[in-house]
Amino acid sequence: MTWWQRARALAPRRRSKLEEQLEKELRFHLDQHAADLIAQGHAPEEARRQAKLDLGGAEQVKERCRDARGTRWLEDLWQDFRYAARTLRQQPGSTAVSALTLALGIGASTAIFSAVNPILFEPLPYPDAGRIMMIWDTFEGARNDLTFHTYRELAARSSSFDALAVMEAWQPTMSGTAQPERFDGQSVSAGYFRALAVAPARGRDFLPADDRFRGPHVTILSDALWRRRFGGDNAIVGRQITLDGDLYTVIGVMPRGFDNVLAPSAELWAPMQYDAGNVTNYESAEWGHHLHMIGRLRPGVGIEQARRELNTIAASPVPEFPRAHWAALPHGLIVNSLQGEITRGVRPVLLAVIGAVMLVLLIASVNVTNLLLARGAQRRGEFSMRAALGAARPRLIRQLLTESLLLAVLGGAFGMIVARLGVDGLVALSPAGLPRVGAIAVNGAVFAFAFGVTALVGMAVGLIPALYASRGDLAAGIQQGSRRTAGGRQLTRRTLVVSEVALAIVLLVSAGLLYRSLERLFAVPPGFDAAHLLTMQVQYNGHRYDADSARHRFLAQALEAVRHVPGVASAAFTSLLPLSGDPNSTYGADFEDGRSYDAFRYVMTPGYCQAMGIALRRGRLLDEHDVAGSPQAVLISESLARSQFHGQDPVGRRMHVGGANGPWYTIVGMVGDVKQLSLADAGSQADAVYITPAQSWFADDAMSLVVRTRDDAAALAPAVRKAIWAVDKDQPIVRVATMDALLAASEAQRRFAMIVFEAFALVALVLAATGIYGVLSGNVSGRMREIGVRAALGASRADILALVVRQGMTLTALGVAIGLIGAAVATQAIVSLLFGVSRLDPLTYLGVIALLAGVSAIACWVPAWRAARVDPAITLRAE
Amino acid sequence: MTEKSDLPQGTLDLLILKVVALGPVHGYAIAQRLQQVSRDVVQVPQGSLYPALHRLENRGLLAADWRDTETGREAKFYRLTRKGRTQLESEAASWERLTEAVGLILGMSEGVAQ
Repeated sequence: MTWWQRARALAPRRRSKLEEQLEKELRFHLDQHAADLIAQGHAPEEARRQAKLDLGGAEQVKERCRDARGTRWLEDLWQDFRYAARTLRQQPGSTAVSALTLALGIGASTAIFSAVNPILFEPLPYPDAGRIMMIWDTFEGARNDLTFHTYRELAARSSSFDALAVMEAWQPTMSGTAQPERFDGQSVSAGYFRALAVAPARGRDFLPADDRFRGPHVTILSDALWRRRFGGDNAIVGRQITLDGDLYTVIGVMPRGFDNVLAPSAELWAPMQYDAGNVTNYESAEWGHHLHMIGRLRPGVGIEQARRELNTIAASPVPEFPRAHWAALPHGLIVNSLQGEITRGVRPVLLAVIGAVMLVLLIASVNVTNLLLARGAQRRGEFSMRAALGAARPRLIRQLLTESLLLAVLGGAFGMIVARLGVDGLVALSPAGLPRVGAIAVNGAVFAFAFGVTALVGMAVGLIPALYASRGDLAAGIQQGSRRTAGGRQLTRRTLVVSEVALAIVLLVSAGLLYRSLERLFAVPPGFDAAHLLTMQVQYNGHRYDADSARHRFLAQALEAVRHVPGVASAAFTSLLPLSGDPNSTYGADFEDGRSYDAFRYVMTPGYCQAMGIALRRGRLLDEHDVAGSPQAVLISESLARSQFHGQDPVGRRMHVGGANGPWYTIVGMVGDVKQLSLADAGSQADAVYITPAQSWFADDAMSLVVRTRDDAAALAPAVRKAIWAVDKDQPIVRVATMDALLAASEAQRRFAMIVFEAFALVALVLAATGIYGVLSGNVSGRMREIGVRAALGASRADILALVVRQGMTLTALGVAIGLIGAAVATQAIVSLLFGVSRLDPLTYLGVIALLAGVSAIACWVPAWRAARVDPAITLRAE
Repeated sequence: MTEKSDLPQGTLDLLILKVVALGPVHGYAIAQRLQQVSRDVVQVPQGSLYPALHRLENRGLLAADWRDTETGREAKFYRLTRKGRTQLESEAASWERLTEAVGLILGMSEGVAQ
């Protein structure tokens, strides 16, 4: 019989026909046999009896024939399924609660899986992505960007790679259209796309000839930019566009699905065109540490081999490739897979979130197991009856597993809705640094995951109840109802509730610690006054700002205009804005004794410290007298002064800013430390120097405007923007944000983890509470008689109330105790996300205990109240 | 029910195929035929006959249809399929090889065994 025929045998009509024919065939046999026996002289009665005897039990023969049909298991499955559906329908309340609980668990884990899968588990979207490596210089053991000449040397001397490429951020402004627009882009060496093994869909890739000093202005666009700004123009290749005042020829468009994981927001690319011949001028940009580097391993070359080769090169300089002392590679190079590098920053958060969702799924499963156990207790009579009618134990277990699987499938179906909503929420919440956000979707892999989880959960939640239901002396079940064997089941249910409480504690403690960390973080003084501060970035656009004087004039005019906007208290420009995500660019700060530091270099118009509210500790601030021609003046931060001058007055000392061959600056003042990168920064990351644009010996491309407002900062944004455009309408203004918003965004990753943990902890708390409630009310129902007797013997309502509440709170206390130990261990996983709080923070633990005790007291109260109202007369009569 | 059977495992299938090979026949007739031919030496359990028939039908070795018997009653008649005939031939051949070998071994003199 083919599969199709077997499947058809399943159809009810066909099955009954098969049954009919089987019946008919056997009847014919018996009749025929009996007729023969009668013909041989037997009495009709005797003949019939003999015929039946010879055949053996007709029912058993039929059963064996059905087995021989080969569709038996399918038929049983169908029967089980229909029976399960009927059973679930009979208890709509309990079914709905179970299905929704499972939907929460399955949905939450599916949502997290869809967010995490493309980031942590899926290979990057490039051919042989595992062969793409990222290479870093080393500075004090940490990753450091490479210089162009280091790249040149490695590219020439190494043989492990098919392609090596370097890249840096490039933010050109396109003009010549109605509104100037600044784009995120990348300035890359010619081999960039070859290292990723992705070719443009139209036009051509960069060639080595494009990437040479003073080479042609060419650019490749992303598919999105091509469609958005050029209407998908088919003749785009060869067209010229104006970027930063220069004409660029578009030579290609990247494919639609190209996912640029190294700079997800980049929309166009141009060759970097560094000067390979400019080797001995150590002050040139070619010797600056500002390049990322990737390489595609040659087939057959392992990562270890490449690592060895590059470090051998690093350790053995050759005369053809002289090195600046800061790029001498004394500590070798760091070589790691691109995937590993990209996910490095978010891995702790994502792993913690995966852990959290596993706990939620576990709690949900435990809860449903408990519900099914309770239901199993009520159905004991039914199982006994079925066993008596010949159902074997495996058959009963299978029946119950079918029920729980059906329940899980229901939960899974609702779970997909939860997952869909969850994924949208996660994407909306995702911190800015999260890679591959675009790849987060509910796709085939996600469905497979959800299906797998559903099947697993279905089996898991059904197994214990099934084993219980089919166990032991079933005959006793018919006579006694559920009482006799209820003890073991109750113990199991209590154990499950205790574990539920314990798991909830772990989640609650983690959420609490994250919450406290954020609280602590936002209590950290940033070194300036963040309230009522509006910020935006303004970029010099076009060659008319090539001259310093033009830039200074623009800054002065713009500030003048902004200060006249009603509601503005003060305003200033700075090259570097704290907590804004500006590139982490530090420069050398060299003192007279030859000691050198890496310090943030703020080029700011006078009035910046006043507008920001940065404290002056010593000396004076910079003012409008610190211009070109007057003595070079610099402010240094407290931390830098402490490191260099050990408490002595720094005012009057001299230093270099941004390279030892520049002019001397005299320190005229010392200001308070400012958090530049993050509120969590340690002290040494506050080393900073402040100079005016007029006294800077090189220009910055973009300046941030800070505006101190009298009232709501955000409301003034349009007026301020208009004021700047009144000075020059071609200036692109980007990243308009209040400082409060920047502050919040700077801790987005922790916030993300905290919100996810809080949501999960809330779910866990509710589930644990329903678990306690369920066990207690089941227990009260089972003990009605006992409670009735107690009441009849004179126990007061308060006594009975206390009896039940005590029982519930004992379970809670046990769960809390185990959970606290679990939390003390499990919180190790989130240590890297904590700030200013020990993972054993007593306040958090006490708060969580109080919260859980309160919630479980409420969960205990309801069944206890019901027990206390038992009327002994009624209960005793009912028995 | 006479579950105990002196038939070696799998032999019942071979016997059924052989009987059915003689022409379309219903279950009761197969039971009769087996009984007669084996002259009551071999105990054919009737209770095993029908499951075996259904199994063979299921495996595609037998086909069945409903026809009238000579007494005018409708009965399920089995016949051999092409696949069934091939199976019968190969099983009969292997049975003969087996019995021959068993016969040889049982017929051996003590001396040969040394």
